[in-house]
Amino acid sequence: MDFNDTPQEAAFRAEAQAFLKDYYPTAEDFKGLNPIEQAQLWAKRKFDNGWSTLRWPKDYGGRDASPIEQVIFNQEEGKVSDLGDPFQIGQGMAGPTLMAWCKNKDYLERYLPKLSSGEEIWCQLFSEPAGGSDLAAMRTKAERDGDDWIINGQKIWTSGAHYSDFGILVTRSDPTVPKHKGLTYFFLDMKTPGIEIKPIKQISGTSNFNEVYFTDVRIPDSQRLGDVGQGWSVALTTLMNERAAIGGGGVSVGVKSVMQLAQKVNIDDKPAIEDKQVRAKLADWYVQEAGLKFTSYRTLTALSRGSTPGPENSIGKLVGAPKTQDMASFAMDLMEESGAIWDDELSELAGLFQGTFLAIPGLRIAGGTDEIMANIIAERVLGLPQEPRMDKGIPFNEVPTSAKG
Amino acid sequence: MNFEFSEEQNLLRDQARGFLLDNCSTRVVRDVLEGDASYDAALWKKVAEMGWTATVIPEEYGGLGLSYLELVVIAEELGRAMAPIPFSSSVYLASEAVLAWGSEEQKLAWLPRLAAGEVIGTLAVSEGQGQASATSLNATVSGGALSGTKLPVIDGDIADLVIVAVKSDGGDGASLYLVDLTQDCIERTPVRTLDPSRSQARLDFNGANAELLGIEGRGWSQVQNLYDRAAVLFAWEQVGGSDAALEMAKDYAMGRFAFGRAIASYQAIKHKLAAMYVKNTLARSNCYYGAWALETNAPDLPLAAATARVAGIQAYYFASKENIQTHGGMGYTWEFDCHFHYRRAKLLSLNIGSEGTWQDKLVTALEHNNAA
Repeated sequence: MDFNDTPQEAAFRAEAQAFLKDYYPTAEDFKGLNPIEQAQLWAKRKFDNGWSTLRWPKDYGGRDASPIEQVIFNQEEGKVSDLGDPFQIGQGMAGPTLMAWCKNKDYLERYLPKLSSGEEIWCQLFSEPAGGSDLAAMRTKAERDGDDWIINGQKIWTSGAHYSDFGILVTRSDPTVPKHKGLTYFFLDMKTPGIEIKPIKQISGTSNFNEVYFTDVRIPDSQRLGDVGQGWSVALTTLMNERAAIGGGGVSVGVKSVMQLAQKVNIDDKPAIEDKQVRAKLADWYVQEAGLKFTSYRTLTALSRGSTPGPENSIGKLVGAPKTQDMASFAMDLMEESGAIWDDELSELAGLFQGTFLAIPGLRIAGGTDEIMANIIAERVLGLPQEPRMDKGIPFNEVPTSAKG
Repeated sequence: MNFEFSEEQNLLRDQARGFLLDNCSTRVVRDVLEGDASYDAALWKKVAEMGWTATVIPEEYGGLGLSYLELVVIAEELGRAMAPIPFSSSVYLASEAVLAWGSEEQKLAWLPRLAAGEVIGTLAVSEGQGQASATSLNATVSGGALSGTKLPVIDGDIADLVIVAVKSDGGDGASLYLVDLTQDCIERTPVRTLDPSRSQARLDFNGANAELLGIEGRGWSQVQNLYDRAAVLFAWEQVGGSDAALEMAKDYAMGRFAFGRAIASYQAIKHKLAAMYVKNTLARSNCYYGAWALETNAPDLPLAAATARVAGIQAYYFASKENIQTHGGMGYTWEFDCHFHYRRAKLLSLNIGSEGTWQDKLVTALEHNNAA
């Protein structure tokens, strides 16, 4: 066991570091740009120098890189950049889906390079009000009209819909067949008439998601991916590429930040860090934090060896999100009555703990709830049987639902 | 990044698992648990013949001179099989202590026989209820003669050699002494315990011959270092046991039907087993780091050991109790093997210090790292 790069990995890392050193934009370069524009400036520089969408083929703006090379670049990029990633859905999910399912070479040449360069941003229109964990229970209607399809319905939890140029969309094209068989997959221009976008205000007070309404929206049949009724298979390609990883970087709620707080505040007139119960809790959280870190090292080792990682990394979100929630809550307890103050000036770490406390419930739900993640571990890792499904083999329009209309 | 075992180490794991499947079924565990024997002497002999007791002992002392990565592989499999033999006492504690602090003479006298399994060794620190500390010890050595009582001493009834922590007037308050247990003036009394597949005893020393091991007045820091190293090995046994308990629960849930379907298809059971998998995975990954820190004697060893230890304790306790729960009423019967894991998980969590003690050590190590 060792923690070193192989010689090839070390060479690649040095190359990446040199590129980042020479090309990462300066504060001057970023001046006057909003966060999206800043991310786009950086994406364009990566693209122009062959460092964007590393895993993609060179023809479409990629580098034909290996998975471990992608990881190494991400590690090095993370050291110099704290930019947001508005391209995650487009580059990470929509691009691979287009490559797998789009047969029109002109489209691939039209869309993929602009995805890679960050010039165009894509969003994902999958979730619906009546289909949360039961994702395939989509009700947004697609009806054929000549060479077009007409779309009516509603999507929800769409990240970045308001600044996206294009979207990937799954619709119900036939409600008279069982759930998974009646779906059809498209991509579309988000400026198409009939699309209305409404931001959702979250409990944290911010708005990262939207509701997207479709009223008689026309999509040409040429923008269909896969056959009519094959939408679920196409959607699985997209979802396979969904990253369940928790965003790193910057100051976050973890053992380090809570320990620092416990050194500052008192319990029974002594620093809280000397309290045995505080120590026991910190130890338990450290076990989880270190356990996740070393689990990711095992995954990296598999990638480094060119083999497929085991299922162990599936525990990340299920462990990390509730842990962060509990730690934020506990940190506020350590502050006693002051824990309720959420103020940039007055609160510890500019209100990190209070902000995290309100943001974290979303992370326990997004990308698969804790309960769904536990099902995935039980079924796909341990091989336990699925629960019986009441909608199996039944035409979708005869399945009981809480949806109206 | 190479955070994985080698091909050879994986082969060793397969070989060890196969050997224990053939030679250490739960029937073997049950025989010791229910019978009068303190351990399975035949299994111990075979394990020694395989060279497992000699794994990390250097060749000049009759060992194989392999690394701790090989030893943790064996520890995991022994834990999985709940082997009723004094392996942890003799290999992780006594052999390690002699290796670390023995004089050349002491090493030549004891290591070849420990390596061959001819001699069983153990460590005696506790003197009764509560956490032992450098200032709590009453046993003393005067003019080379040891007096005092140790309770409980794991494998104390069958061991030939014991490393004893005694009170010292100088230094950190304690010293380690090496004692040949075949002396007449030592009274050994087996004690009834939670896990009768592993025996424990009370040892009364009345002027027994004792040789200093290491440095006078440094005994407590020696014990802490020994515990750090042993904690990694104990944690691998706990990971092996945790996985075995999860597999047992899974197999039963797949085969047991209620209300017309396998109970493994109910979310209440699936989520329970998923929670076991999560804890086991965290423990295993922490144990990987512990193994690396042990093998390289890394400055991070105290933190790595405490993390592996706390994770191992928590994973095995959870898996063993929820395995019983998954089995329902049958899990509570003497006839089923579920209780073996429940007993062993608790025993392993008490040997070398409890969860709370190790949680505290973990945070102390973190404080030390942050200050550095």
